[in-house]
Amino acid sequence: MQDERDVLLGLYRQMVLIRRFEEAAAKAYSQGKIGGFLHLYIGQEGCAVGALAALEKRDYVVTTYRDHAQALIRGTSARACMAELFGKVTGCSKGLGGSMHFFDADNHMLGGYGIVGGHVPIAAGAAFASKYRGDGAVAVCFFGEGSATIGAFSEALGLAALWKLPIVFICENNEYSMGTPLERSLAVADVSQKAVSVGMERDRFRCTDVLEVRDRVAVAVKRAREKNEPTLIEALTYRYRGHSMSDPGKYRTQDEIDERKKLDPILHAEGALRAKGVSDDELAKVNASVEAEVEDCVKFADESAEPDESLIEAFNYA
Amino acid sequence: MTQMNMVKAINDALRVAMRQDSRVVVLGEDVGKVGGVFRVTEGLINEFGAERVFDTPLSEGGIIGTAVGMALYGLIPVPEIQFADFIFPAFDQIVSEVAKFRYRSGGEYTSKMVIRTPVGGGIRGGHYHSQSPEAYFIHTPGLKVVCPSNPYDAKGLLLASLRDPDPVLFFEPKRIYRAARADVPEGEDYTVPLSVAKVVRPGNQVTVIAWGAMLYEAIEASNKAAEAGIDCEVIDLRTIWPVDIDTIVNSVKKTGRVVVVHEAPKSCGFGAELVSLINEKAFDYLEAPPTRVTGWDTPFPYTLEMDYLPLAGRILPAIQSVAKY
Repeated sequence: MQDERDVLLGLYRQMVLIRRFEEAAAKAYSQGKIGGFLHLYIGQEGCAVGALAALEKRDYVVTTYRDHAQALIRGTSARACMAELFGKVTGCSKGLGGSMHFFDADNHMLGGYGIVGGHVPIAAGAAFASKYRGDGAVAVCFFGEGSATIGAFSEALGLAALWKLPIVFICENNEYSMGTPLERSLAVADVSQKAVSVGMERDRFRCTDVLEVRDRVAVAVKRAREKNEPTLIEALTYRYRGHSMSDPGKYRTQDEIDERKKLDPILHAEGALRAKGVSDDELAKVNASVEAEVEDCVKFADESAEPDESLIEAFNYA
Repeated sequence: MTQMNMVKAINDALRVAMRQDSRVVVLGEDVGKVGGVFRVTEGLINEFGAERVFDTPLSEGGIIGTAVGMALYGLIPVPEIQFADFIFPAFDQIVSEVAKFRYRSGGEYTSKMVIRTPVGGGIRGGHYHSQSPEAYFIHTPGLKVVCPSNPYDAKGLLLASLRDPDPVLFFEPKRIYRAARADVPEGEDYTVPLSVAKVVRPGNQVTVIAWGAMLYEAIEASNKAAEAGIDCEVIDLRTIWPVDIDTIVNSVKKTGRVVVVHEAPKSCGFGAELVSLINEKAFDYLEAPPTRVTGWDTPFPYTLEMDYLPLAGRILPAIQSVAKY
């Protein structure tokens, strides 16, 4: 059994990796090396890192277009992720998907999806297949609170409850669906209550303490794995950046952003690690190794080739 | 006259319509305070208030579904679907309800609305932010489908769409949202009639048909063809459906040779229908098989989008090929 101090240090490294990776991506975007859309997870790291720490390798992950973090944690290399953003053939989708459409079969990452809410039934389908085959795998589906107003979400929730599927729905409630605050989208602010109408278990917590996130999600994963019962979790979080790189986020006040930053999961983990006797040197070493990894992946993406035109049709049919 | 881009011209059309007719309401994701993802509805909320310009949740089926109810009760809703690629969650509402109300109520009711949505590639949006789904809706009786190529037409066609008794899908080519500029009379009311195509470059040897952002590629290819001694006539459809077949047939009777250009995949794209119509109505005048230059029969790629799009470099050889056939 790994020491809790080392576990937390590992989760801390994952969160720092996501943040540094995305800062590098934002820089590359501003240099024109990444085109189209780029949605950053910065600020939300505690959610994905904590939740995925509760999973096993055999479990399946489905997420939104804000998908870099989930892929990195599931084991897609920083090189393959950055190369995908750069549209290079060495990317995890051979450069044909881009930021919003990461896939990694080996790591059971069933993808990032560009249609809000449209992916929720797909996750339920994966859970169905797991139950049908008796694999014991759990499907975990991430989505924003914006998805909670989409019909496909309601349909997936209803089916998962009806069919008793081994799935954990994780609503990453970052308070804004693009520029629209939650109170202009939802009549009831507590998204987890959506579970009540379909008789599903629910939980609701903030993602500041990554270990708490892990432990709360673990309860739901256990329920799914052992009893084939789904759970709807509302994970309260906040993104520091705009919805995407093209969104200056002017619909929020600086005061609000500063307030939310006090709940930063990385900051919290640093405090917890220090309390467990981790030295500044050790933290600096972790940060240095992350920076080296990110620097390497940017260089790799830069130097990789673009896909050849022959790839346009290559993956259309088997 | 004021120089405007497409974004401003469409915004101006909405202002003109909303000032004149209190039945016109604008709804969609982030259309209010944010002004839409491409800022087309920017500032409307300030002039007309949140009762007439309102944000919706992410709920395309709900947006169109509620718009149907509004239309039946006498409003003229102008729902925005943030990207044409996001229209599919609302597909059932559009195909099953919007398109059929007049028919199945024996003319008693119409769910008259103008569904605005940005369309097409050219901004590296990848699979779900680049598609051109016009053919699905052309295939659905009861809908009209418009796609302007320039700011002047965009404003005039939108005003005409708002006054047309039938529901209109108004596709806005996002690649030229800010690139295309033209003189547009600000705040003035004018219409560009639906179902009237425009010959934008007269010629005698090859008819090139295009719309939206690809019109500029068709013109560029035609200018290059002229250097090689091939005289092309370029037609901007402006309204895709119902199509102005007369303008096309008149041109084909003169040239006998046709190239159709569109971004959407080739198979069952609107080009197929155009070629069929030309065969039916001008077969005796044809000197060469009508040719299509289109997107590929694949999902829309991220990195290779400039290979995917039917740009001038692919249109020119097609022109040369039909010219020498």
